[in-house]
Amino acid sequence: MQEDAVLTMRGICKYFPGVRALENVDFTLRKGTIHALMGENGAGKSTLIKVLTGVYPMDKGEIRIDGVEGAISIRSPQEAQNYGISTVYQEITLCPNLTVAENMFIGRSEKRNVDWKAMEKRAGELLDNLGIPARPKQQLGSCSLAVQQMVAIARAVDTDCKVLILDEPTSSLDDKEVEMLFGLMRELKARGVGIIFVTHFLEQVYAVSDQITVLRNGELVGEYAAKDLPQVKLVEKMIGKDLEGLSTIKKQTAPSGGGEIVYEAEELSSSESRPFDFHIAAGEVNGFTGLLGSGRSESVRAIFGADQVTGGKVKVKGKATRITKPLDAMKHGIGYLPEDRKRDGIIADLSVRDNIILALQVINGMNRPFSKAKAEAFADEYIKALQIKTYSSETPIRSLSGGNQQKVILARWLLTHPQYLILDEPTRGIDIGTKLEIQKLVLKLAEEGMSITFISSEIEEMLRTCSRLIVMRDRNIVGELTGEELSQEHVMRTIAGGGE
Amino acid sequence: MRKKTGPQFLANNSQLLIPLIAILLLVIFNLIRDPGFFSVSIAANNKGDPVLQGNLISILNGASELAILSMGMTLVTAASGGQDISVGALAAIAGSVFVKVLKGGVVSGPIVIAAFLACCAVSMLFGAFNGSLVSFFRIQPMIATLILFTCGRSIAYWINGGATPTIESPIINAVGSFIPGIPVPTPILIVILMGILFALIFRFTTLGLYIQTVGINQGAARLNGINAVGIKLLSFIILGACCAVAGTIGVSRLGLINHETLLINIEMDAILAVAIGGNSLGGGKFKMLGSVLGAYAIQALTITLYAMKVPSTDVKAYKAVVIVILVVMGSPVVKDAMSRFWTKLRSKRPAAAGKEVA
Repeated sequence: MQEDAVLTMRGICKYFPGVRALENVDFTLRKGTIHALMGENGAGKSTLIKVLTGVYPMDKGEIRIDGVEGAISIRSPQEAQNYGISTVYQEITLCPNLTVAENMFIGRSEKRNVDWKAMEKRAGELLDNLGIPARPKQQLGSCSLAVQQMVAIARAVDTDCKVLILDEPTSSLDDKEVEMLFGLMRELKARGVGIIFVTHFLEQVYAVSDQITVLRNGELVGEYAAKDLPQVKLVEKMIGKDLEGLSTIKKQTAPSGGGEIVYEAEELSSSESRPFDFHIAAGEVNGFTGLLGSGRSESVRAIFGADQVTGGKVKVKGKATRITKPLDAMKHGIGYLPEDRKRDGIIADLSVRDNIILALQVINGMNRPFSKAKAEAFADEYIKALQIKTYSSETPIRSLSGGNQQKVILARWLLTHPQYLILDEPTRGIDIGTKLEIQKLVLKLAEEGMSITFISSEIEEMLRTCSRLIVMRDRNIVGELTGEELSQEHVMRTIAGGGE
Repeated sequence: MRKKTGPQFLANNSQLLIPLIAILLLVIFNLIRDPGFFSVSIAANNKGDPVLQGNLISILNGASELAILSMGMTLVTAASGGQDISVGALAAIAGSVFVKVLKGGVVSGPIVIAAFLACCAVSMLFGAFNGSLVSFFRIQPMIATLILFTCGRSIAYWINGGATPTIESPIINAVGSFIPGIPVPTPILIVILMGILFALIFRFTTLGLYIQTVGINQGAARLNGINAVGIKLLSFIILGACCAVAGTIGVSRLGLINHETLLINIEMDAILAVAIGGNSLGGGKFKMLGSVLGAYAIQALTITLYAMKVPSTDVKAYKAVVIVILVVMGSPVVKDAMSRFWTKLRSKRPAAAGKEVA
């Protein structure tokens, strides 16, 4: 074991039936460092974490932890905890209706009688110490997501914690909250805790990490000091090729869309959005941009009839019509990939096949179900075309990785051959390789004449794909940028509204 | 198309294992106890027609109403993630309407059909009432159906003015017991008919896919153009129709309507059948066949206990013991343990071989 290492994993192997999840992976975590674990979806990050926390038994390899002689075997999350390995997962797993203090100590006390006073005092000290802006008696649900996340971390580190695993802790936080969380991570680092940080956000990796370990296809690519590995190199290591993809995509000029107006709305409003005007031409890719909560998602939801439509005139291909519910939009050849894949997109327990055919089946009508053979053919066609990684078309979609789930939802809408496709955050939470694939696909579809509205939190991504950007602030459209105006700086300035 | 191999088929239908094992165990138990338990004989009934007799027939026959109700209950459970506890009361209403119409004139073929259609209509209307409370007003199914559960038998009482009229007619007798010339009890045939009907519905409409989608993720269902409220409502209306059929059978068996006792407490058995059939009571994916097998397992258990001369007052307690075992066997904890056990068994060989090489 290395001198300052708190955790070493050597030659870790893990196999699932037909899948090599981890092959001979080494990982070393040093005291008082933040170590980013990077890789695309399916690279083996989660498996490695799960081996480390005792969720999966490993098939081969050796784990050593500081302070324990010899190799240890971790057979359950409880054992991992006993060795000082704590995990905070992406989804907050606390109880919102209990107080902060209760959440920090619940299920901990060995005694039957809880000393509430002492517990609250202890919680107060810990919160103060870590600089977490929460009071012990406060109901957890009344705290912001970031603070809840921090309470979860405080709970994890209260025990004798040597290794803290943060699995996508920032995915539901805004920039300010992320900064707060980073402050806490630095504080813990200064106390000598080793932190394993798993995230999809490259910028965040560089903001806090000291070391970076990259996995690809279940194998170790390498371990690097963060300062020696520029972001571009990191991405290359993750996807295993140089970034020709990125540059070629940039060179393609997005279609300007001089074609027929496919969809047009005047003073369209819904229960969630203020009246706005909008139009899109055949073969055009445009986008709504703005801060989270600026109303960009609500606008496209109004177009699709996802929320209650309260007013406005809509024309599809020049003909006046009414779109008040999703089915109306679908019948007019409009598709909508929702922002929250888990909540609004996937039908978790249904097979990949049923998830793919769903929208087309609904358009086709209740009395005209597809035969099993036909459904199978549809599914196979798109599994192949979009390179969806799944064991079979009968696999439930919930067992796929995030990126592949997103591809299934994309396949669902492509199968309906829409003339106008709305993509709300199609690339959120998925790996960079799939991101590029989706961006390329968008441009290819537009070239074939499809109109696409593309929404992304990453402005760069929108600049690469969109020929027109509609900028929103406080639920109003505040600008429309085309041509020369499409630069990061200009977009930022319009979003911020600093004046021309 | 790929052919399904045995193990693949089992994996896809693993939820049927529990009811099948339950039935199998009951069969083995009874065969050991009494090798002739399941022997089916042909004997003349009181009308002199040759009919099938034996414990097997009485299990299949006795479970008919339960099997039909469990079919409808499966759909309601899958779509709404809750259960309808008013099915017994609704069957009593349906039975009362059936008898009321029959009493209106001389019992003849067309009148019987009219009576059945009338009780179907009334029953489906009450189903729609339950369904709209659940789907439109978003009341929890068990609370929503508690209303009809409470007042249903009173409504049934009013329909026939508090009397328990009897009906005597060869047609009603044919529905409740045997059609002359056919040795199989008619209720069994009706179950088969209902089964075929549902199979056709699932084959020629997308109802199954829609119900599962709504049950798993109502919001996403709506965003894919499915009328989630309508689908839930529909599932309750279908269950209403099932209640009408079950009520008609129940009335026809006895030749009278007793609004207080007709299919009493059957709602709990129907919910149980759905659960034993491996369907999640939280909604989502379902297998109707599982529920039907569950219904037969429950009836087989009851008949077995009666055959063992267990006093009828004690039967419920014994039933409870067996049901606890079945439900625990089908629980996620046991299922997980079993699947881990299987993978261990399967991976043992290659792992051992690997060690020798090393």
